[in-house]
Amino acid sequence: MRLALIVVVLLAAPAAAEPLRSYSIAGDAIVQPLTGHPGDASRGRTLLANRQASLCLLCHQAPVPEPHAQGTLAPDLSGVGGRLSEGQIRLRIVDMAHISPSTIMPSYYRISDHPRTAEAWRGRPVLGAEDIEDIVAFLVTLKE
Amino acid sequence: MALKHGLAAAVLALLGAGGLVAQEKRSGLDYMTPETRAMQEDDMSNPGMLFIAEGEGLWQAPAGAANIACSGCHGTAAQSMRGTATRYPAIEESTRRPIDLAGRINLCRQTQQKAQAFPAESPELLALTAYVAHQSRGMPIAPPADDRLTPYRKSGRDLFERRLGQLGLSCAACHEGHAGQRLGGSIIPQAHPTAYPLYRLEWQTLGSLQRRLRNCMTGMRAEPFAHGAPELIALEAYLMSRATGLPIETPGVRP
Repeated sequence: MRLALIVVVLLAAPAAAEPLRSYSIAGDAIVQPLTGHPGDASRGRTLLANRQASLCLLCHQAPVPEPHAQGTLAPDLSGVGGRLSEGQIRLRIVDMAHISPSTIMPSYYRISDHPRTAEAWRGRPVLGAEDIEDIVAFLVTLKE
Repeated sequence: MALKHGLAAAVLALLGAGGLVAQEKRSGLDYMTPETRAMQEDDMSNPGMLFIAEGEGLWQAPAGAANIACSGCHGTAAQSMRGTATRYPAIEESTRRPIDLAGRINLCRQTQQKAQAFPAESPELLALTAYVAHQSRGMPIAPPADDRLTPYRKSGRDLFERRLGQLGLSCAACHEGHAGQRLGGSIIPQAHPTAYPLYRLEWQTLGSLQRRLRNCMTGMRAEPFAHGAPELIALEAYLMSRATGLPIETPGVRP
């Protein structure tokens, strides 16, 4: 019974349909955390490695153990913390299309206005603010 | 001088087509491992061939209130159906709309055999469609020069290029912009429907192009079009014109 309940909660997890928090863009960065506090890098690492949850490794490669082959559609995330600032990484996850309108990188923190968005995903971002901050916190540690 | 202009115009036309300029047209077959290729190319190990045998049985079996078989009117498929799959989707004269091969088979079933249509994705419909398409194996895709198809190909292309779903991806974003690269462990092919219905190892069975398109839409977190939806037929009409010249492979094998 307990287990069944947990499964239900997990399936409904994207439902964290909290309203989007506002953020401000400075240049090509969002300097302040969406949540107002730094994320949890260790949780971010786990989330990034889970391609069902975060989708990251479907397109990117990253120095994390993951049982499946990693994608080659997008830049390798190794060393991203050395190439980009925390704020630059944050905007690229939140809304890469703001920087490059033709990108295939989904805007992770935006309500999709694309046609035919499936009902299960309608009205919610790809990831919530906490999840994004956790991933940002992990990515800034990738210095090489 | 005229030749020079002609060449320039041809180059511009190619660029303007916005299609596969940079890379040669390649079937998904070319991206597969040698093992999977070998499985497709050897009829004894191609699991799709079991469905072809089943389709042959259906071709010859009388059906419906009319109690006639496909072969009763069309004779030997190797002759009457040779090249048919290279020309579909085609305009169906009674509705003046495009119809795919499976739709044509089902229409024949209803109007000629006076039988119930096979359900979408049923083993019978897949087997019979694969059997008919198999009669064109090795023949180049040659969509009909029928102007009535033009608006459908155009809307299929618009759909191919439209961003859909929560992730805001389009077919073109991956299959034109990133063909040959990997999504997770899977190589992204150029999306030429050369081998349908085909046996997908992931499915452990034969499946239609529409099943594949619907799977892709689910991955984009978009609401898939229903089986038989006009949008999917239009998309197929565009994809087949885009694949012109590539040989039919049915029954294909894919990972």
